[in-house]
Amino acid sequence: MSAGMSAAAEVPAKPRWALRAGIFALLLAGLYVTGLGVQAGLIEYVQRILLIAGINVILAVGLNLINGTTGQFSIGHAGFMAVGAYTAAFVGVHLAPHVSAALGAGALADGITFNLGLLVGAALAGVAGFFVGLPSLRLKGDYLAIVTLGFGEIIRILFNNAEFLGSATGYFGDSAAGLPTYTNFFWVFFWVIAVICLIRNVTFSQTGRSLVAIREDEIAAEAMATPTTRLKVLAFALSAATAGIAGGLFAHMQAGIRPEDFKFDKSIDMIVMIIVGGLGSISGAALGGIFVAVSLELMRDLQQYRLVLYALLLIVIMLVRPEGLLGQRELHFGWLKRARRKGGA
Amino acid sequence: MSEFFQQIINGLSLGSIYALIALGYTMVYGILKLINFAHGEVFMVGAYSGYYIATALGVDGYEASGAGFPLGLALLVLVLAMAASALLGVTIEALAYRPVRSAPRLTPLITAIGVSLFLQNAAMLVFTPNPRRYPAILRELRFELGGVIITNIKLAIFVVALLLMVGLKLFVQRTWTGRAMRALSLNIDAARLMGIDVNRTIRATFAVGSALAAAGGILFGLDQITINPLMGVLTGLKAFVAAVLGGIGNIPGAVVGGLLIGLAEQLTAGYLSPDYRDAITFVILVVILVLKPEGLLGVVRQEKV
Repeated sequence: MSAGMSAAAEVPAKPRWALRAGIFALLLAGLYVTGLGVQAGLIEYVQRILLIAGINVILAVGLNLINGTTGQFSIGHAGFMAVGAYTAAFVGVHLAPHVSAALGAGALADGITFNLGLLVGAALAGVAGFFVGLPSLRLKGDYLAIVTLGFGEIIRILFNNAEFLGSATGYFGDSAAGLPTYTNFFWVFFWVIAVICLIRNVTFSQTGRSLVAIREDEIAAEAMATPTTRLKVLAFALSAATAGIAGGLFAHMQAGIRPEDFKFDKSIDMIVMIIVGGLGSISGAALGGIFVAVSLELMRDLQQYRLVLYALLLIVIMLVRPEGLLGQRELHFGWLKRARRKGGA
Repeated sequence: MSEFFQQIINGLSLGSIYALIALGYTMVYGILKLINFAHGEVFMVGAYSGYYIATALGVDGYEASGAGFPLGLALLVLVLAMAASALLGVTIEALAYRPVRSAPRLTPLITAIGVSLFLQNAAMLVFTPNPRRYPAILRELRFELGGVIITNIKLAIFVVALLLMVGLKLFVQRTWTGRAMRALSLNIDAARLMGIDVNRTIRATFAVGSALAAAGGILFGLDQITINPLMGVLTGLKAFVAAVLGGIGNIPGAVVGGLLIGLAEQLTAGYLSPDYRDAITFVILVVILVLKPEGLLGVVRQEKV
């Protein structure tokens, strides 16, 4: 925390916005070029792993806001992801003809349709998160965890029975080709950066400090006039919205989505990501997301052993290093600076 | 009308299985304030132990020859499976929960999820993911009573569940260990000062809860005919909801909650849609947690600083 604040103080106050806009534009351009390079240079298999890693990072960083920063426990996050995925897919399928009619078919129309779908999905997932967060008015800790689990299951069962979304067979859009595959390197990492910035700014704001206060001692936080319920609900809604974005990216990565893509296992995957990385650390969560994506691929041939190993990993980490690899520390550029300073002096 | 009574009968027998499992959740939660996520898997392992023990005792031969499995051997299967599960429960406690007992509350919750996942997936490797037909430990006999079909299996489920629950009640109220359990659930530190061996009592709690889950597993196998390695996930969750509904930490509450959940599920399946039989449990969970988080029979405990 203190390192982050002192780093912010070093930047001169005035041209900050210009500097930021410049950095942002450069970043986008760099991302776009990298995306082109990735699409041209890497085989599809590696590209897919990169996309999954990006989606995992979004999921992990978002979930970490609840489980790490606020100290609540969501074990039904796959439900929010499902809401985002189905919404984005549905919007994508139904909006695409209108947008292409207005703007002409092409990358621009696709991008607009895609991102509108993602935003609507995020909004609906956020609303779902709001409603799941509401019981936190009366429930704490593990009870709340069970409610999230229950909600996650209910959402999945609803999709399983929603005929206009393909029921248990899954949603493949209306055409034989399946869902449009909008998801590519540029958009995934655009959203990765957006989500990380959002969560980072929330975490290091006053709101974020209040969330940490709730984690450390809810009663004390309440005594200091922290609106604990409102903040917990906010954390849930925000975190659910980011899971919704991840869901939308996931949906448009393949021909279709099925309710069973969002089973309890998926929520467990997300928990593994943040536990491996460290509860309460944004960079840790991101690393955890990448770890899960890569390890999943490496263990593809050992599919049936994967969850056994994950389970053992969870238990062993909890027994040996319950705070995760990074704990609540962050990887940031301050470390590099300090290392250089130490080397120079 | 007879269909209604049929659903009630089915609901009560399913509910008494939930109640048996819910007892384990509620006892552990009452003492450790831990949702023992692995309990559903203990139930599953109990069912599989019953399967293998019955097979080892030659149930197939009895079935093939047309003679029913002797009642004595059926009881032996029950007792051995309960013992095996008790051992598993105690092992889980010693390896995964005791080391993190003094850690923040979410830590044991995560290890519990880990143990649950581990057992599920280990079971898929060991037992294979295919469902298995449960051996006919009891030969099915049907009675008809005014259009309602009652099988001896459903009756046996009631009777076994009832006997075990009465036994548990006596154990908790009358024995020294039972009294120690109640003392721990009130205040662990005070109980320790009174000379109660905390570790031993917690071990006993896990043993008893797991044994009841194993009995539930065998009854479930008899009732539902097939078992599979993931049977503990949904059933365990429903039993947990039953424990919450009755008031977690409260033994009669778990029984009441179990029966209510069983009834709700059967009536939903019968009159609404079978698709929503699993969803109803979670709806009940959310509603009860929002309206009356302490459960039907639970006591409100003020949180202290």
